[in-house]
Order: sequence, then C-alpha cells, then structure tokens
Amino acid sequence: MTHILKAEQLSLFRGERCLFDSIGFALASGELLLLRGPNGSGKTSLLRGLCGLLEFEDGKILWDDVDISRDRQSFRARFAWYGHKTGFKLDLTAEENLAFESTLRAPSGLAIRDAIDRLGLNRQRKLPVRSLSAGQQRRASLARLLLSGVKVWVIDEPFTNLDADGRALVEELVAEHVAGGGMAIVATHHDMLAGGNVKTLEIGR
Amino acid sequence: MSGPALPGLIDGFGSIIRRDLLLLWRRPGDLLNPLVFFIMVSTLFPLAVGPDAQVLRNIGAGVTWVAALLSMLLSLNTLFLTDFEDGSLDQLLLSPQPLPLLALGKTVAHWISTGLPLVVVSPLIVMTYRLPSEVVPVMMGSVALGTASLSLVGAIGAALTVGLHRGTTLLSLLLLPLAMPLLIFGARTVSLAAGGEPYAGGMNLLAAYLVGALALAPFATAAALRISNE
Repeated sequence: MTHILKAEQLSLFRGERCLFDSIGFALASGELLLLRGPNGSGKTSLLRGLCGLLEFEDGKILWDDVDISRDRQSFRARFAWYGHKTGFKLDLTAEENLAFESTLRAPSGLAIRDAIDRLGLNRQRKLPVRSLSAGQQRRASLARLLLSGVKVWVIDEPFTNLDADGRALVEELVAEHVAGGGMAIVATHHDMLAGGNVKTLEIGR
Repeated sequence: MSGPALPGLIDGFGSIIRRDLLLLWRRPGDLLNPLVFFIMVSTLFPLAVGPDAQVLRNIGAGVTWVAALLSMLLSLNTLFLTDFEDGSLDQLLLSPQPLPLLALGKTVAHWISTGLPLVVVSPLIVMTYRLPSEVVPVMMGSVALGTASLSLVGAIGAALTVGLHRGTTLLSLLLLPLAMPLLIFGARTVSLAAGGEPYAGGMNLLAAYLVGALALAPFATAAALRISNE
C-alpha cells in the first residue's frame, strides 16, 4: 500500500532566530528525500521535528492526508530515528541493546543476529558498546533501522565515522528499504542514489 | 492503520526495568553511592554528638530520615541523564509504548537501586541510635514508603532538569517542598513508635502520599521528558 507523507509550511524558531520558515515537501512510498543545507541551517531540528521529538512553531504534517496531530502516538511509531547519538547503553552489548528495543516495538520479522551479521559486527557481538570503535557503534545503530520494521527512516548524517564499506552499506540499506516500499529522509552532504527515486530539499539558503 | 501486533504494555514496562537493573549489575558502583552516603551521615552523627543514649534516641528518627532524603535527592539527577546523553531517551520517546509506563518503569528501577538498599540497612541505623528493636519494622516500612514516593516525585524533577547542565541544585530546590511532608510524617512516625505511642496515622499518610504519587507522577514525568528533550 502506498503512503504519502506531506509537510506544509513548517517553521521553527530557536529563541528569536528563525531556523527555517514555510518549508514543505511531499514524499511517497518508494521515495528518498535528501535534505541539504549548510551547517547550522536546522537540518537536524527539521528531522527531529518530523519524528515528533520537537514541536514546530507553525505548519502541519499529514500522513495519507490526515493531520498527524490527531494521533501522534501512532504517527511516531512509523518513524525510526538515526541521529548523532547512537542511542545505545554503553555498558550493554549491541545485541542486548537491540533486544531491549525490540520489546518496545512491533516485530519486524528479522532476527537480531541476522541484522548484526548484516552490519558486519558478528565478531563484536559479545562486547559492550563502549569498547566498539566510533564507526562500529554507528554500524550497530544502523541495525536498529533494519530491526524497527517501520515505514519511514529518518537519518541524520549517516556517513559520519564510517569507512568506505560502511558508506556503501548505508547506501545499500537505504536503497533496499526504499525499493521495498519504505520512505527515507536523509540529511547528508553526500550524494545518494537509492534506485533513482530521489527528491531534494534545500534549506537555509 | 493496523500494523503488526505491538508487544504488550507489561512487556515494555518489564523490559525497561530489566534493562536498568542489568546496567546496574554491570556498574555496581552506582548502587553504592547513595547507600554509602546514607550510612556515613547516619553513623557520623552518634560520633559527633556523643554516646548519651537519651540524646541519640531523641535525634535518631530525624537524622535517619534527613540522611535518607538527601541520599535520594543526590541520586535523582542521574535518573534520565545518561539516557539523555547517549540518545536512548530519543528512542524511548519514539517508541510506540505509552511514555508514562516507560517512565514508571525507570522510576521503579531507580527505587530498587537506591531506595531499597536504604530500607535494607535501616535496621542497622536503628541499632546505632539505641532505638528499641520494636521500631525496626516501623523504620523499614516508613523508609520504604517514603523513598518510593521520593523516586516517583523526584522523577518529575529529574525529567524537567535533564536538558540543563548542572541542574542538580535546581532539582533539589524543586523537590524540597514536595519532599517536606514525607520528611515530617516519616520522622514523626518513627519517633512516635520509638516512644511507644500509636503511629498508624503517620504510616497511613505516607501510604496515601505514595498512592497519589503513583497515580500522577508518571504522567507528569512523561510530559516533562517530552519538553526537556526538544
């Protein structure tokens, strides 16, 4: 089933400063939205706002033409968030962290071990996240996206700290997700192809 | 609108308690801090005041309760701080589980790791102050009720101050007025019991406070978390 995510006239202020004003876009299942803009232009804030982690001053978000403010809880549940912070407890292993989160969400049908294998972390499975390198921690939090089984992936700067293999893997995972009828919103300074269905939104110009 | 079935509410509640206790198991030092503070304060008083049994008996209940209150206050600022710093709070806020239930789960885990140890060692304190041994169940009961209420009410303050750097002072100022009734009822209940007088009224008031906090605090904590994490 095809879904449509629409944002209209979004505005966000930080104190007196306007980060962005009257931003809008429409995104359908199977499409990737690349969010571009210079540092400090509010990309992360826009993404956090879309997930429901912060409130916009103005504007509305529609899911299949229904205003999300009617049912925020189920709207939030459609989003998987991948930000600067890994969201993992450093004293637990990646497997334990992911197992905990899987008890909060609907099952995706993918086993945690398989997701960890896919991200190339099989040998680090028993290590606490604290002793993984920065790049490995980023890989582990990519596994969260795979396991979440949700429609919309919201990704902030996915390539930070990743090696060439890791960057290719991000591209591959996003392309697969989009091809499988998902949506992805990615803030990045790199180019991503994701099978061709790419839209671009520039902010802060 | 219907997707795959969500895990049950109790699963989310139980698993966040399990996760926080597992974290504590990996870092048992966090368990010791409030406990050591409590034991130090309440055992230093007899040394400073002197061995006069009558004086110790008079101050025992009050000192123990003040120590318990302060040790809970000191531990509260970390309740949501690590979750905020490592980003797992974002993931909790985005989970389809009701946030008040998750907040309650974190609060329960906090009480098990800070309040419960105080309850367990409180008989030791009763002996230090030469209080009659009949006071032991009253001391344990009142400290259990009081610390549980403090965890619940404190979670609201911890959630409100989580995004602020060095929010500890503000947190203590926010919580002191809410904690005062607990201190007054708690200490008075123990000293009434020590004097052999009826103390059931005090216990009832502590229990009533706990029930009220249990009903309201998780919702306030959840709302505060959403605001602080913006």
